[in-house]
Amino acid sequence: MAEPSTTLSPAPSSEAPAGRRAGIGDALRALELDTRMVGMIGALAIVWIGFDILTGGAFLTPRNLWNLSVQTASVGVMATGMVLVIVTRNIDLSVGSILGFTGMVVGVLQARILPEIWGFDHPMTWVVAVLAAVAVGGAVGAVQGAVIAYLGVSSFIVTLGGLLVWRGAAWWVTTGQTVAPMDGLFKRLGGGFEGAIGAGPSWAVGIAAVLLSVAAILVTRRRRAGFGFPVRPLWAEGVVILLVAAAIVGAVLVVNSYPLPVPVVRRMMEAQGLSTDGTLPFVAHGFAIPVLIALAVGVAMTFLSRRTRFGRYVFAIGGNPEAAELSGINTRRVMVMVFGLMGALCGLSACIATARLNAATNANGTLDELYVIAAAIIGGTSMAGGVGTILGAMLGAMVMQSLQSGMVLLGVDAPMQNIVVGLVLVAAVYVDTLYRRGLK
Amino acid sequence: MSGLAMAVPAAAPLVEMRDVSIAFGGIKAVDGVSIDLYPGEVVGLLGHNGAGKSTLIKILSGAYAADHGEIRVNGEPVHITSPRDAKRCGIETIYQTLALADNVDAAANIFLGREKLTAWGTLDDHAMEAEARKVMGRLNPHFRRFKEPVKALSGGQRQSVAIARAIHFDARVLIMDEPTAALGPAETRQVGELVKQLKQEGIGIFLISHDIHDVFDLADRIHVMKNGKLVGTARVSDVTQDEVLGMIILGKCPPGAVPGPGAVG
Repeated sequence: MAEPSTTLSPAPSSEAPAGRRAGIGDALRALELDTRMVGMIGALAIVWIGFDILTGGAFLTPRNLWNLSVQTASVGVMATGMVLVIVTRNIDLSVGSILGFTGMVVGVLQARILPEIWGFDHPMTWVVAVLAAVAVGGAVGAVQGAVIAYLGVSSFIVTLGGLLVWRGAAWWVTTGQTVAPMDGLFKRLGGGFEGAIGAGPSWAVGIAAVLLSVAAILVTRRRRAGFGFPVRPLWAEGVVILLVAAAIVGAVLVVNSYPLPVPVVRRMMEAQGLSTDGTLPFVAHGFAIPVLIALAVGVAMTFLSRRTRFGRYVFAIGGNPEAAELSGINTRRVMVMVFGLMGALCGLSACIATARLNAATNANGTLDELYVIAAAIIGGTSMAGGVGTILGAMLGAMVMQSLQSGMVLLGVDAPMQNIVVGLVLVAAVYVDTLYRRGLK
Repeated sequence: MSGLAMAVPAAAPLVEMRDVSIAFGGIKAVDGVSIDLYPGEVVGLLGHNGAGKSTLIKILSGAYAADHGEIRVNGEPVHITSPRDAKRCGIETIYQTLALADNVDAAANIFLGREKLTAWGTLDDHAMEAEARKVMGRLNPHFRRFKEPVKALSGGQRQSVAIARAIHFDARVLIMDEPTAALGPAETRQVGELVKQLKQEGIGIFLISHDIHDVFDLADRIHVMKNGKLVGTARVSDVTQDEVLGMIILGKCPPGAVPGPGAVG
């Protein structure tokens, strides 16, 4: 098939860095894969396989991977927002406290206020709770952003203050009392077997994801070809589609081979009036709802950062704040929006964390700011600003959680776990510095 | 008002700054300066470092707001308090620092703040890249590195991106702050050619430089500043380079020039 790729670039060699040997190098270049992202996935693979060997095969089981994905969801959601914060050369130390505060608000709202209005287990309770969490979190973040952008106080100080203020505010909501239990439907946002969607819907989600990815890749290709720009060779496009599809189908297969516990299956069958004599059927968990929320947030945030003006401005501000200002970008408004978005994501994470715990406590999310920042940094977000990806941060969150989960399986003491995670963070940034220097 | 307005035919000046002042912490960086620019004219703005020329021009481009004075575009008074206001008046600036976002590509820089959007309100990167290829093809036909962040580009290529950003949006007034400071001889010549071409299209250009040869090559008129004040205004054909040096260094206005408030004696 004729490729239009040569119409505009008579000297394609000048488009690509020269000086590498032909063969595998050329093939990899044609795939246009992000080498950093490939490195991240490689690192994750090493961590996984390493732990699997050390634990004698206890790590790479559907059960452990499923739990790992649920445990990553809350930090993963917040890490996507932290990428934008750090890209604009700021930091947000208050995310764990905002999570704690909004978690308490959500707990009180659904366990005390809403039941007085429309009784327990109302189908709208969880909707109102989630919207309230996102709104409260967003408002808290926007206020901090406004102080940073318009009053000119550094984000480190404002959010350090926020870390204390909102943790204190979380205590004040109920003067320290834990609020439990949560609404039945709301609880599903936290995972567990009630919060898993089952095998059939998981296949539906997986197939839809594959189709959407393929459509996105093909639409982009056609648009580029339409303008006469260089495009990937067809075989490379095919390989990319295969890799994406394999990752998605693989994830579906994993979550669909983690069975529900036998008593749960029996109870479900009894509820449907089926006989529970003899062998019980295999009923899979499927994707956990918090994981689907985190993945949806990841897709939405990637879209926001890559395909919208807002995202473009966030990166431009990070690259050169003065240039962004001189280009006519309202940089202060963008900063308020970045911190507001960060707060809203904390609200969403508060729902996941509260639902998973089935209780709202004022200590919820303690130290999360450090895990969220570490996830973003391990995921390749540069503290110097201007560089970072949403996917990288989510992979970073996965790496952190894998280390912790793996060490728990190995029976490593809690203090030792912190030491290892701390060292890994420093080492990851060092490797990243080397990589950047290598690019020059 | 400058009596030179009579020397140039046609109506009101494209841009006029009247009695403009700005102070930073009690120091008057620009003190009662009046300058003007006509369509198709290149006006050089000369002076030592710290003479106030960059500050004056930043007032016109919206980076600073003047404490006092008036700006008129085509005879109409305008309020310029941000870069957006200036761009709305057709005033584009190529800054000495280039003011590029280093981490994004050429097209993203050219369209920064004025992105093209699709029908769904998302960034239309392909359309932007297509136009970037067109405008860059005019400025720098060998440029191919559209997918790389601009920090990977050479000084001349970065300059081309900054110029492309300024001229792509139908600028009527172009401010070039030391446009050739970072360039080699070939690239400097290229910028010179571009200035002549833009001039023919009727664009008015303010050229800020301390290279007096550059200015004599390209400018029709010059304004000289010293210590924040206007020393004088002259047609390039009416003064010698030595006389202009006298204006810059001593603030002495030669007979061929119209003295301003900053002239000595």
